[in-house]
Amino acid sequence: MSNTIEELEKQFQEKIDNEIKIEPKDWMPDDYRKNLIRQMSQHAHSEVIGMQPEGNWITRAPSLRAKKILLAKIQDEAGHGLYLYSAAETLGVSRDQFIQWLHEGKAKYSSIFNYPTLNWADMGAIGWLVDGAAIVNQVSLQKTSYGPYARAMVRICKEESFHQRQGYEIMAKMMAGTKEQQQMAQDALNRFWWPSLMMFGPHDSDSSRSSLALKWKIKRETNDTLRKRFIDKTIPQAEFIGLKVPDPDAVLQPDGSYKTGSIDWDEFWNVVKGNGPCNKQRLDHHKRAHDHGRWVREACIAFSEKQDKRKAIAK
Amino acid sequence: MNNSDNQGPLWEVFTQKKPGMAFKHSGSIHAYDKNLAIEAARDLFTRRNEGTGLWVVKSENIIAVQPKDAESFFDPADDKIYRHPTFFEVPDGVKHM
Amino acid sequence: MNTNLFKYCLRLGDNSLILGHRLAEYCSYGPYLEEDISITNTSLDLIGQAEAILKYAALVENAERTADDLAYRRPEIEFYNVQLVEQPNGNFAHLIARQFFIDAFNFYLYSALKESTDNTIASIAAKSLKEVTYHLRRSSEWVIRLGDGTSESKIKMQEAINDFWLYTFEMFEMDEVDEELITKAITVDLKPIQDLWNKKVDEILVMATLTRPEDGYMATGSRKGYHSEHLGYILAEMQYLPRAYPTAKW
Repeated sequence: MSNTIEELEKQFQEKIDNEIKIEPKDWMPDDYRKNLIRQMSQHAHSEVIGMQPEGNWITRAPSLRAKKILLAKIQDEAGHGLYLYSAAETLGVSRDQFIQWLHEGKAKYSSIFNYPTLNWADMGAIGWLVDGAAIVNQVSLQKTSYGPYARAMVRICKEESFHQRQGYEIMAKMMAGTKEQQQMAQDALNRFWWPSLMMFGPHDSDSSRSSLALKWKIKRETNDTLRKRFIDKTIPQAEFIGLKVPDPDAVLQPDGSYKTGSIDWDEFWNVVKGNGPCNKQRLDHHKRAHDHGRWVREACIAFSEKQDKRKAIAK
Repeated sequence: MNNSDNQGPLWEVFTQKKPGMAFKHSGSIHAYDKNLAIEAARDLFTRRNEGTGLWVVKSENIIAVQPKDAESFFDPADDKIYRHPTFFEVPDGVKHM
Repeated sequence: MNTNLFKYCLRLGDNSLILGHRLAEYCSYGPYLEEDISITNTSLDLIGQAEAILKYAALVENAERTADDLAYRRPEIEFYNVQLVEQPNGNFAHLIARQFFIDAFNFYLYSALKESTDNTIASIAAKSLKEVTYHLRRSSEWVIRLGDGTSESKIKMQEAINDFWLYTFEMFEMDEVDEELITKAITVDLKPIQDLWNKKVDEILVMATLTRPEDGYMATGSRKGYHSEHLGYILAEMQYLPRAYPTAKW
C-alpha cells in the first residue's frame, strides 16, 4: 500500500474532522508533529519552572496545614511536568533533549513564571488566577487531537481541580483577616491580574500559529475565547471577597460578560523575549539543579550497569 | 541518548485501583533500574489512593501492533457479530437469559 | 500536665517537623524530576507526622496551645529535635546520609513505640511506621547506589557519611524524660534501638562498599534545647509570618 503525501494528508485530516485521535505511530504531517512538540514541551516546561515561584514560599508557609497543601500542590506541578514530558516523548524526542532545548533558550515556558512572588497572598493569587487560567485552557485541551496529550490533560485536569480552590481559599481567608492581610491580597491581585490574562497568548488577530493548530484540533478554542471565559468567571469571584481587579475600564455588560481594558502587549513580548523580572533567575535555578544532579544520574547509570554485569556473571 | 548522563530508560506504569479490578495503564516514567522504577511509579501515580497494585515494565519490552497492520489485525472481527449476545433473538417473556 | 510526656512528644514532633522542612527546601532542586517528587512525598509524610504528634503534645500540655502554636511560636531553646535533622541539605549525598541515619532510627523506634501503653503514641507510631518503612527502603537504596556507583559518587557518599557521623549519637541519648516514661512503658529503652541501628547501618554500608567512620567528637545538647547554629535560621524563616503578624489567621 503506497500512498502519496496528499492522500495521507487527506486521510489524516478526515480522522481529525471525525474526532478520531492520532496515536504516536500513526502517520502525521511534519508540521503537526513540530507544532505538538513545541506546544507540549512548552507546557511541560511551564509546569516544572512553575514550581519555583511557589517554592519560594514553602519554607515560610504560615501554618502546618498551609505548608502541606502548598508542598502537595508544587509536587503536583512536578507530576504534571512528568505526564507532559512523557506524552511529548512519544513524538520521538527524549526528555534530555527537551531539557537541553530549555537550557539553550530554544524552548519557552509560560511567561507568568517570570514574575516574582513577593508576599504570602501571591500563593493565593497563583492558585486562583494562574491555575485558574491554566485550567480554562487545559479543560479545552482534554479534547486535543493527539491521544497521549489528551490523556495527560484528562489526568492533569482531575488533579488540578484542587489547585484553584486552595488559591481562592487563601485569598478569601486573607480578605477576612487583618488590614495588612487584605493589603497583601489586593497587592497580589494587582500584580498577577494582567500577567494572568496574558497567559492565553496574543489576540487571535495577531496569533500566527492559531489557525493551523485549530484546523488540526491541537488547540480546540481560540486565545480570545478562552481569555474571555476566564475574565467573566474571575471578576465576580474577586468582587465576592472584596477584591478589585486593577482595570479601571472593566465594566459589566448587560449580557453578564465583562468589557475590559487593553492588555500591555509590549510587556508581554518583552517578558517572552527574556526581559522579565525573573527570566534569568528561573532558568539559572533549573540549570543549577540539573548540573548539580549530574553526578547522581551518572551514579545511577553506573550502578545499573554493574548490576546487569553481576547478573550476567551469575548466570 | 548521552551514555554517561541521561534520564534513564522509559517504563510504563499500570495501576490496579481495587483488588479484583484489571490493571490499567497510568502513564510513563524514567528510571535507571527496576527498584527506582517501582518507587517512582508509586510516588507519582498512587498519591491519591489510586492504587492497591502496581506494575512497571520497560517500555522497550512492550510489543505493539503497528498502525499498518491494524486493518489485518482488527477488521476481520467486524462481521462476526454472532459473538455478541445481542445478535440472538429470544422470545418475549423469557427471563434470566 | 505530664511534663516528661510533653517533652517526649516535642522530641518526636520536632524531629519530623525540622526534617520535613529541610526536605521541603529541596523541592525543585532534585537530581531529576521523579526524585523531586519522591523527596517531597517524604517531606509531606514527615510534616503530617509532626502535625499529629504536636497536636498530641498540645493536648498533653493542656495550655490552650495548638500544634501550630508549638511549631510557629516556640523559641529555639524549646525545640528538642536532634541536631542531625537541622543540618543543611548540602549535596544530594548529604541529604541521603541524613535521611538514612534518621530513617533507620525511626524505623526501630516506631516499631517499638507501636506497643506503647499510651494509645495515642502507639497509634501515631503504627501509622508512621508504614511511612518510615518506605523511607528507609529508599534511603538505604540510595546509599548503596551512590556508594557503589561512580568513583565520584562513592567519594561524595563517604564524605557525607563522615560529615554527619557526629550527629548520630544524640538520637540514642536518654535523660530523666526517658527514665520516667520507660517505667510506665510509654516509651522504650534506646540502647536496644541503638544496637539494631548499628547493625542496619553496618549492613548497608557494606553493601554500599563504604566504610563506617570512627567515633570522634559526638554532638550533644538537643535534649536540653541546645542546637547547631542552623536551627535559628530555620525557625527565623519558618516562623516569620506568624511572628510578624501575631494576630493574623492564615
